Amino acid sequence: MYLDLWQLLAGLVHWLMVDIIGPIFGWLSFHGIEGWLTRPETLYFITVILVVLIVFVVGMLVSITLIWQERKMLGRFMDRRGTQTGPIGLFQNFADALKTLQKEIIVPANADKLIYNAAPVIIIGTSLFLMATIPYSEGFYASDSDLSLILTFAIFSIVPFGVLLGGWASNNKYTLIGGMRAAAQLISYEIPMLLSVVSVVILAGSLSLNDIVWYQQAHIWLFIPLIIGFIVFLIAMVAEVERIPFDLPEAEAELVEGWGTEYGGLRFGLIMMSEYARGFIGSALATLLFLGGWDGPFKGIVPDGLWFLAKVFIVFGIFIWMRAALPRVRTDQILAIGWKKLLPLAVVNIFIAILFKTAGWF
Amino acid sequence: MAKMWINMGPQHPMTHGLWNLRVEVDGETITDAEPVIGYLHRGWEKMVEDRHYPQIIPMADRLCYGSSFTWSHVYCLAAEDLMGVEVPERAKYIRVMSDELQRIGSHLMWLAAIGPDLGNLTIFLYAMRERELFMDLFQSLCGARMTYNFPRIGGVRNDAPPNWERDLVRTLDYFEKRMDEYEDLVDRNSVFRMRMVDLAPLSAKDAINLGVTGPSLRGSGVKYDVRHNDPYEIYDELDWHMCVRDEGDVYARYRVRMDEMRMSVQIVRECLKKMPKSGPIRVKPPRTAPVGTGMARMEDPRGESLMYIIGDGTDKPFRLKVRSPFFVTLSASPVMLRSYKVADVPSIMGMLDVCMGETDR
Repeated sequence: MYLDLWQLLAGLVHWLMVDIIGPIFGWLSFHGIEGWLTRPETLYFITVILVVLIVFVVGMLVSITLIWQERKMLGRFMDRRGTQTGPIGLFQNFADALKTLQKEIIVPANADKLIYNAAPVIIIGTSLFLMATIPYSEGFYASDSDLSLILTFAIFSIVPFGVLLGGWASNNKYTLIGGMRAAAQLISYEIPMLLSVVSVVILAGSLSLNDIVWYQQAHIWLFIPLIIGFIVFLIAMVAEVERIPFDLPEAEAELVEGWGTEYGGLRFGLIMMSEYARGFIGSALATLLFLGGWDGPFKGIVPDGLWFLAKVFIVFGIFIWMRAALPRVRTDQILAIGWKKLLPLAVVNIFIAILFKTAGWF
Repeated sequence: MAKMWINMGPQHPMTHGLWNLRVEVDGETITDAEPVIGYLHRGWEKMVEDRHYPQIIPMADRLCYGSSFTWSHVYCLAAEDLMGVEVPERAKYIRVMSDELQRIGSHLMWLAAIGPDLGNLTIFLYAMRERELFMDLFQSLCGARMTYNFPRIGGVRNDAPPNWERDLVRTLDYFEKRMDEYEDLVDRNSVFRMRMVDLAPLSAKDAINLGVTGPSLRGSGVKYDVRHNDPYEIYDELDWHMCVRDEGDVYARYRVRMDEMRMSVQIVRECLKKMPKSGPIRVKPPRTAPVGTGMARMEDPRGESLMYIIGDGTDKPFRLKVRSPFFVTLSASPVMLRSYKVADVPSIMGMLDVCMGETDR
């Protein structure tokens, strides 16, 4: 049971344009406008815009809910109640957004203004762009490309570039060190992450996220055969989204706020929100690649999208648990973990995937 | 990357107070360090020269916001030494118990502080939660939660309230269970150990030469504890032992402090058993001190604290010198920091238990 977003909106737009607004213009004898509005190209264009808008808003709402989930769950882990603003703390994020909106935007006097201003655009833009490639259910997605997996990881790896630029352009020693750390860390964790994804691609035989989920529906959730790959992917994803224990680029104990020290006000708010958007994308990718996406029991009764969201919240809950239990690791240690532990494990995982594929078990 | 100096402070999350640690880094590696202090200087030693002897007790409370009782206690010991006052037995026990409770409270605040230093907020909230219980004990004992103004020259201000001992025993029982929880969270956590083991080892020789005292010295394997080597009050009558570790690294300093908390619990329990059930808690000291000197030293949670008073026959001290443990420990920080990473600065400095109030005075 799923909601086919494209079909629904196409029907809605067709009804609105062809049956209501078009005839009104025709009745007013604006036949040119009526003809233009009822053309299939126009209808398709309006549908695309509406789909993108809805997927974006839903993605943002999920990200905001993840922030709320982190506040509440972390609070419980720490033996406190978490935020209490509004009913069960749901208004806290909106209050924070309003607060960051009111702050003055300060640009450091010695910063490289152009790059300083461009870096948040790169970070926030690419993080939000990722929403487009994530399917929520069989019919609820913005794009269904054959290469959506490659596209997702390509965009995912632009952020370190923005972080390095922003840290360097701020002309501050903390931000410089933070930016350098971010570059080193994100580049070294990209490799094990992609290698663990390769094993999924080998078994599923497709680079499309929808196809991978269909494969898992037909055969088996891939975290069962590829448990090593799943763990490697989760750890590398924590490093990619810069969360404790791998939040070195913004290690607040020694680097104040890391590469983002000089970003204040709305820029800070948006950067922080884009981090949670990336956290959502990371959990969504773990769900889609390893946990069967929107697959789940009671398929006729429970909507597919709910299964997907539930799994996303569970995966993000694991991230929160890590944050509650672990301290931050050190720069040399994080690189050692990435290159000496995760990379060999990911390679082993690929061999396991090839073995399963050749044996034809899954 | 060329070498550069980074100011960590005076406003920095690492500092736990108002001071400045300048580190010279080559990339991520520290090549040199230089602590800069004086941001919190109040002229304490000069200020007390214009106060009567009893008026200095609340001033001494304000030397360290983490362990105010031990500071007013060491002042009272010095003043008693100057005036030749003998303290009643029950007052001694109450003082020692308060000392040890204060030590637990101070170590809990240190434990809370190293959590965010290492990047984990959970341990901060856990430790602060238990510290609250010890604050409550102090509140029922003397009415204040942070600066107690409780010891007096020649005793303590008031006797323990009814039911205080019962609350104390309950709190200690509860706290010992919680200690196991901390050790589960920190000691059995491989990432915590990865951050602490073999980090910034300080050899016993270096530690002695640099004048490091307290848990940091005992973490380097030196058997030195003022409570043991130069016992004051009733410590020589109690059955307890020093907590020493031989490794000298950050983890050893951590372990010594954790062991000391358990040892303090044991000392308080023993004091409860041996304490005289009733009796005077205070004798009246003379208003003016004789011409002469008085000196007292004791084991502060951070190391050896010392006060030296010169009396000139009036009711105000001629001079009062304070030896603050962290002031001396701080001078060892460049030795410890060199050749480690920038990310280690908070864990190394946090493990020394920073207190700026006593350092700048």
